[in-house]
Amino acid sequence: MQLASQDKNIIVVTSDSRGSGKLTSFGESFPNQIVEVGIAEQNLVGVAAGLASCGKKVFAISPACFLTARSLEQIKNDVAYSDNPVNVIGISAGVSYGALGSTHHSLHDFAALRAIHNITIVAPADNFETEEATKLAASTGRPVYLRLGKKAMPLLKPINQDTFEFGKGRLIRDGKDLAIIATGETVYPSLQAAALLEKGNIMTAVISMHTIKPLDKTLLASISRKCKAIMTVEEHSVNGGLGEACASFLLEHQFAKPFKIIGIPDEDTVTGSQQEILNHYGITETGLASAGKKLLKDFRSTV
Amino acid sequence: MTIKQLKQKSLLYRKKILEYILMAKAGHTGGSLSCVDILNVLYNEVLNVSPANFNSADRDRYIQSKGHSVEALYVVLSDRGFFPESDLETLCRHKSHYIGHPTKKVNGIEQNTGALGHGLPISVGVALAAKMDKRSYHTYTLLGDGELPEGSNWEAALIAAHHRLDNLCVIIDKNDLQITGPTHEVCNTDPLGDKWDAFGWAVTEVNGNNVEALKKAFENLPVGQGKPSVMIAHTTKGKGVSYMENQVKWHHRVPTEQEYTLAMQEIENALIDLEDE
Repeated sequence: MQLASQDKNIIVVTSDSRGSGKLTSFGESFPNQIVEVGIAEQNLVGVAAGLASCGKKVFAISPACFLTARSLEQIKNDVAYSDNPVNVIGISAGVSYGALGSTHHSLHDFAALRAIHNITIVAPADNFETEEATKLAASTGRPVYLRLGKKAMPLLKPINQDTFEFGKGRLIRDGKDLAIIATGETVYPSLQAAALLEKGNIMTAVISMHTIKPLDKTLLASISRKCKAIMTVEEHSVNGGLGEACASFLLEHQFAKPFKIIGIPDEDTVTGSQQEILNHYGITETGLASAGKKLLKDFRSTV
Repeated sequence: MTIKQLKQKSLLYRKKILEYILMAKAGHTGGSLSCVDILNVLYNEVLNVSPANFNSADRDRYIQSKGHSVEALYVVLSDRGFFPESDLETLCRHKSHYIGHPTKKVNGIEQNTGALGHGLPISVGVALAAKMDKRSYHTYTLLGDGELPEGSNWEAALIAAHHRLDNLCVIIDKNDLQITGPTHEVCNTDPLGDKWDAFGWAVTEVNGNNVEALKKAFENLPVGQGKPSVMIAHTTKGKGVSYMENQVKWHHRVPTEQEYTLAMQEIENALIDLEDE
């Protein structure tokens, strides 16, 4: 809202998603900077592309599950291929909608968008990252996908002087035994798990890999040199997301390490609230800590 | 331009479309011939767009949703000076920008199209931007009748009427043929005018292969105040080459040398007849 008040070229396009996008007050404050297209996600992205081609700084906002599936062709052609600098904002991503079921989950978005050229993919982990990512998105003049959750997340660092750049992961805590590379809402439980592991003398580094593409290869290489094992965490299918992106880089660059991808497995997703689903798949403080401990133990038993 | 000059242009464009399709051994022959009169009138009479003002925010916008008829667009753009005609010798060649669908890498082209049902939503965004910025440019988009079952068209049609985009004009190249067969047999869209009318658009119908009728129809835009306009242009697929007209096989067939010669003779004769008019 602060951005919109300073720049009249900032336009929000929404598909009856003001409520879930927390845009009701935006619409009231800036009626000339919001375009409602009704429940029509393909049109949402196409219209956004047209506006962006005329110099508007467009944020096309809709639940990630619909936006990155139903309008995938519009993202591919009208935004990425046509190089119209739309900020595609997928809200309530992952399993944020919990018990609403698989229709409302987006566990495919990283995978689908990673295979599309010319779009930056970003999943902020807390309010600091979300704010910085939004400001950057408004100014890059390039296609960006911002994947946002629904839940309020605690700050990863209560105070920080970090610079935020797309394609530069943030080392939230350092360690030499295990590296946890996480993204979006899974960074916080990773951080909790790291604290728990430290009590058992497992020094655990945690990276907020907010940008899935382009991936921060420098940080990946340096953390991999330093740590004995690597675990990735994401609220996304284990197929095609952060984990596989890291794995392919590491393996192709001779950083073969004990490695584990934690995410939503390729199965009929268990039902329940977001937290219940995350608990079920071990994407929690204790679940991640025990997965990390096991990864290191299995590694030791093979050497 | 006089009507006679426009007619001449159409015939010359037809010759060039066939010439470059033959050279490339690829192209959408029938559709390019059906829509070329529309492009002729747009670029020579209607659009405020030229190589000199192509970067101006106030230029008129033309977005070709039926991207596969790109050969017609290339020929018209080169004639309007957007790029040298010799560029078209690279049509569909390795590393050429002149591929089988429009891309912005070619000077004069607004958007990358080719997947059907994309031109109208983008055009709605462009027309909305004009309203927001109080700019007077107009936005035109050409749809094929075969692409109308794409649902995104109707999503965009609804919202264009909702926003009262009277600066937007859809032209439908209604040649009633698509790759499988007659459009009314594949998926009937008739009565087409009634459908657009029901969606809140102002409808006009025109002979889309008659430059004089087209010129008049464009002069009468918008068809209705406060409404987006749709021009249903009744056309003949393969128009101008008698053995191609209304033949489904010419959707994307490339003529043989012999067929090419025959077509050129027919168009040459039409040019001579026109001189005598």
